[in-house]
Amino acid sequence: MIRTEGLTKRFGRLVAVDGLELDVREGDLFGFLGPNGSGKTTTVRMLLGLVFATSGRIEVLGRPMPRAAREVLPQVGSLVEGPAFYPHLSGRANLATFDAAGPGGGRVDRRRRVDDALARVGLEAVGRRPVRAWSTGMRQRLGLAAALLRAPRLLVLDEPTNGLDPHGMREVRDLLVELVAGGTTVFLSSHLLAEVELVCTRAAIVHQGRLVAQDRVEALLGPTGRVLVSTPDVGAAADLAAGLPGVRLGERRPDRLTVHLDGTAPEALNRRLVDGGVRVRELVVERPTLEEVFLRLTGKDAHVPG
Amino acid sequence: MFLVELRKLLRRPRTWVTIGLLAGLPTLVAVLLRVTGVGPRPGQGPAFLAQVLGNGALFPAAALALVLPVFLPVAVAVLAGDTVAGEASAGTLRYLLVRPVGRTRLLVAKLAVTVVFVFLAVLVVAAVAFAVGAWLFGVEPLPSVSGQTIAAQDATWRTAVTVAYVAWSMLGVAAVALFASTVTDSPLAAALGALAALVTSQVLDLLDAAAAVKPYLPTHYWLAFVDLFRTPVLWRDVNRGFAVQAVYIAVFLGFAWANFATKDIKS
Repeated sequence: MIRTEGLTKRFGRLVAVDGLELDVREGDLFGFLGPNGSGKTTTVRMLLGLVFATSGRIEVLGRPMPRAAREVLPQVGSLVEGPAFYPHLSGRANLATFDAAGPGGGRVDRRRRVDDALARVGLEAVGRRPVRAWSTGMRQRLGLAAALLRAPRLLVLDEPTNGLDPHGMREVRDLLVELVAGGTTVFLSSHLLAEVELVCTRAAIVHQGRLVAQDRVEALLGPTGRVLVSTPDVGAAADLAAGLPGVRLGERRPDRLTVHLDGTAPEALNRRLVDGGVRVRELVVERPTLEEVFLRLTGKDAHVPG
Repeated sequence: MFLVELRKLLRRPRTWVTIGLLAGLPTLVAVLLRVTGVGPRPGQGPAFLAQVLGNGALFPAAALALVLPVFLPVAVAVLAGDTVAGEASAGTLRYLLVRPVGRTRLLVAKLAVTVVFVFLAVLVVAAVAFAVGAWLFGVEPLPSVSGQTIAAQDATWRTAVTVAYVAWSMLGVAAVALFASTVTDSPLAAALGALAALVTSQVLDLLDAAAAVKPYLPTHYWLAFVDLFRTPVLWRDVNRGFAVQAVYIAVFLGFAWANFATKDIKS
């Protein structure tokens, strides 16, 4: 759905995006992560033809961008750096204005399209109040409605849950999952790592304009090679574990032991402990959180751009 | 797209307030003239005002001469300066472009709407001035030997050409402001840029040292429409005014297009 090759953007001497190779496949709920100033927004803008690349190629829905923008963009819904509206118009009038501005779709079904989009984001009961008087959360929802207006095949969303309360965030997450189940591909640029970890199937991490990881989320969150063993018999457990090949002992607490496995399967460790009479209360294969992976890959200096 | 933009223009209260204020100034002047009966002496003060006391038929031309030097260009510069930069600062520009609306198409629609505004403003000023002039001063035939009807028709076409001339001059302002509007994301800066160009032109126009460039200044022939009310009509300056504005309009619209079509939209 989205494929970039050697995508590079320079602003004067600053290299905002540097040789990016993105690969978003049909049906993905794709998380696009990176610290502030890592080139996320510039990338999103290049995908949508707002910013022109210095070099490299972009394909969206199998067509070159920005050359095929006229065929591609009608099938893409987007939310870029927060929603924006005509403040003196109502939510409905705003959607109708955007709907009428571009190609496709009859005037006749406009009302229905607008109503459907509003209903999808839980705004069906909005009145005629101008958007000026709306709360941040409502505007965010309206921005999503605008992105959904054309039942797009691809959704490009930049921080879609900004300004939403926990209920709203949950609703948006559910909505995204529902859309993906219905065949839409979602490209979600975010720095809410917990959110990405919860919903995304694949993810890419960029740092200083370069791609540092791109894989299935499960693969990114692969086991750390450590096992946490909870047991009242810590001493006996340590002795038994140390006898296995390649195993190193880690942190030791009164009722818990960290074991570094190197090639040994966790179940083998468990058997040895149980056979040796150790009362195992809990044995957990440790996985990193997305936050840990992110911080490791993007380094400590992540908040200081280039 | 043009219809969408037109609806935006007409639904905006600001548009009507601006036009109301534009029509309000000549009305105020007319009322003052009527109440006091004191007109400028012939040959002094704003064009035509001296004659208006005796003949309301000249008031539309007088009203345009009143708003032309400052008020009208400021209004046009503010509106045209807001076209692209206003969308950029509100953030709606990016959503229009990804809708998608082609960049050239968007610019043409913005230009067309500006043209509509210019004509609307000039026509409303002329129409209000005609009504006010007729009501306060009465419509007399212009001094002529051929009789009443011909004189009335005469005044009508002269006024019509005046409206077209003033609108064309304002399009020159609009072209500069539209270009400025594609350069900056701040509507205020765009309007200011266009006004700076006009003020420069008006200052140079007063300066003898700038005599060589005067005929090419955008504001130089603005008031040439006064010649339309001479008998016979003095076409020389009016024609030059049309020609000079045409060059400014073409060049600045070209700049605006070249800049906007290749620009990174970061707003």
